[in-house]
Amino acid sequence: MDTKVLIGVEKLFRYYGHHLAVDAISFELAQGEVLGFLGPNGAGKSTTMQMISGNLAPSAGRITLNGIDLLDRPKAAKAEIGYLPEQPPLYPDLTVDEYLAYCARLHRVSKVQRGRALDRAKQRCGLGDVGRRLIGNLSKGYQQRVGIAQAILHNPAVVILDEPTVGLDPNQIRDIRTLIRELGESHGIILSTHILPEVQATCSRVQIIHRGRLVFAESMQTLEQRLTGKSLILETARPLGGDILAQLPGVDGVDIIGTQRARLHFQADNPAEQVAASVAAQGWGLVELALDRQTLEQVFVELTCSEETAQHGEAA
Amino acid sequence: MVFVIASRELRNLFLSPLAWAIMAVLQLIIAYLFLSQVDTYMVLQPRLAGVEGAPGVTDIVVAPLFQTIGFLFMLIAPAITMRVFSDEKRNRTLSLLLSAPLSMSNIVLGKFLGVTLFFLLLLLMLALMPLSLYAGTSLDGGKLAAGLLGLALLLSSFAAIGVFMSSLTEQPVVAAISTFGLLLLLWIIDWSGNSQQQVSGLFAYLSLQSHLGSFLKGLFSTSDVAYYLLLILLFLVLSIRRLDQQRLTG
Repeated sequence: MDTKVLIGVEKLFRYYGHHLAVDAISFELAQGEVLGFLGPNGAGKSTTMQMISGNLAPSAGRITLNGIDLLDRPKAAKAEIGYLPEQPPLYPDLTVDEYLAYCARLHRVSKVQRGRALDRAKQRCGLGDVGRRLIGNLSKGYQQRVGIAQAILHNPAVVILDEPTVGLDPNQIRDIRTLIRELGESHGIILSTHILPEVQATCSRVQIIHRGRLVFAESMQTLEQRLTGKSLILETARPLGGDILAQLPGVDGVDIIGTQRARLHFQADNPAEQVAASVAAQGWGLVELALDRQTLEQVFVELTCSEETAQHGEAA
Repeated sequence: MVFVIASRELRNLFLSPLAWAIMAVLQLIIAYLFLSQVDTYMVLQPRLAGVEGAPGVTDIVVAPLFQTIGFLFMLIAPAITMRVFSDEKRNRTLSLLLSAPLSMSNIVLGKFLGVTLFFLLLLLMLALMPLSLYAGTSLDGGKLAAGLLGLALLLSSFAAIGVFMSSLTEQPVVAAISTFGLLLLLWIIDWSGNSQQQVSGLFAYLSLQSHLGSFLKGLFSTSDVAYYLLLILLFLVLSIRRLDQQRLTG
C-alpha cells in the first residue's frame, strides 16, 4: 500500500504567556497508522491536538494535513480532519440525529451522501437505536460515542481523538478499540490516552510527550522488542553459585540480585532450557524462571517521573 | 455555510423556553400599548378632523408604538444574544465550529444572522398589529415602511453588539449585563448633550435613538442607514478579531 504522509508537524511551539507548553515537537503520521499519544497530565498532549485541529494557533511551527498547510489554507486543511476534543462538543438540546446532521452540513457533506454518512457513522459507533433521543439525556458512554461519530462522519483523512474511551464501560471500550483499529486501516489516527494497555492494543506507533517535549517515539514493533528484553529472572530455593550460571551456553552475564535471585542476560536465543537443566543438576531447587518483560508502564514511568522529581528538586 | 449556522442558531433559540417567553411577554405589552394608543386616537380624532395638516393615524398610533418597540427590544435583546458565544465557550462546543472547515467570519456572520432573523421574526409579528389598522382606515405606507426599516436596522445593531459582548466572556449573565449597559449608554448618550450645544453634535450622532427618530418621522436618510450599518460592521469585525485572538492566546 502506498503510504501517504497525512500529518506533518514541524517544530511546533506553543506558549501560554511565558509558559512553554509545547516545545519543538515534530512528527509525521502516515496513512494506515494509529499513533498513540501518551504523557502525564499537563504534558501538552491536548494542546498539540488542539493545534493540529486548528482550535489553537501555534506560536511557531508548521502543520500540514494531507499535504495542505493548516495556516495558509485553513479551510481546505480542516476539511481533512475529524476531531474529538477531550470534552465532546455536544449540544444537549438536540437529538443525536439532528446533531449529526448539523455536523455533516458544517463539514459540507453533500445532501445526497448525508443520509448514508449518518447511517454509517451511527452504525459504526453503535448508535443505531438512540438516533431520536436527546443528547442531554444519554449516558456518558453514549455521549462519548456521539462525539466519536461526529469525528468520523465526513470520512476525514485524519482522525484526532483526545481520550476517546473515557467514561465507557469495558465492553464499549473493546468496541471502540476495534473501531479505531478498523479506521486505522484506511485513515491516519492520533489517539491520546492515559490507559497504557489501550495503546498496546490499538496503536502502531507510540509517542510519549513530557513537559512539552517528545521524549519517546517508536513504532510498536520496536517497542515490543525493547519491552521483551534480553534477560531472565531466576529464583531458587537454596543459595546460588554465579560461576556455574555464567558458563552456561547462551548466557552472557549474570547479575546477582540476592542470595537466591539472579538476572541472566543473553544476546541470542533464550537459554531458559539450559538454565533450568543446570539448576536441576546443581540441586538448587527452581522456584521461578521467567523472561524479564518490561511493561510500557515502566517505560512511561522511567521517562516521565525521574525528570519530574529532578525538576521539583530544583524548584524547591 | 453561514446559513447552516444561522438556521441552527435560530432553531436553537426556539428549543429554549426563553425565546417563547420573550415573544409572549413582548406581544402582550405591545398589544396593551397599541390598544391604548388607538384609544387616544379615537379621542383626538374629532378635534383633529378640522385642522389643516393635522397628524394622521400613522403619526399618533404607529410612531409612538415603534418607539416603544425599539426601547423594549433594548431590554430583551441582551437576554437573547447573551448565550450566542458564551454558552458555546462554557460548554466547550465551540471547538466543533473551529475544527470544521469554516472561517471565523463564517461563524460570526452565521451567529449574527441567526439572532437577527429571530429579532426580525419578532418584529414582523409585532408589526401585524399596526397593519391590522388597514382594516378600518388607511395608513401612510411610506412612514410605516420607513419605521419598519429603521427598527430592523436598530435590531440588527443590537444583535451585532450582543454577539460581540457574548464573545468576550464565558458567563452569559455577564454578557447580558454588559450588552444592556452598552445599549442603554448608546440610547441615552444624547441626553447629556442637550444643555451644551457644542458637544451634543457628536453625542447626538452616536445615539441609537436619535437615528431611529428620523426613520419614525418618515425620513429615510443615508446618514442614518450608514450609522447603523457602520455600527453593525464595527461590532462584527470586533467579534471576528476577538475569536481570532482567542485562538492565539488560548
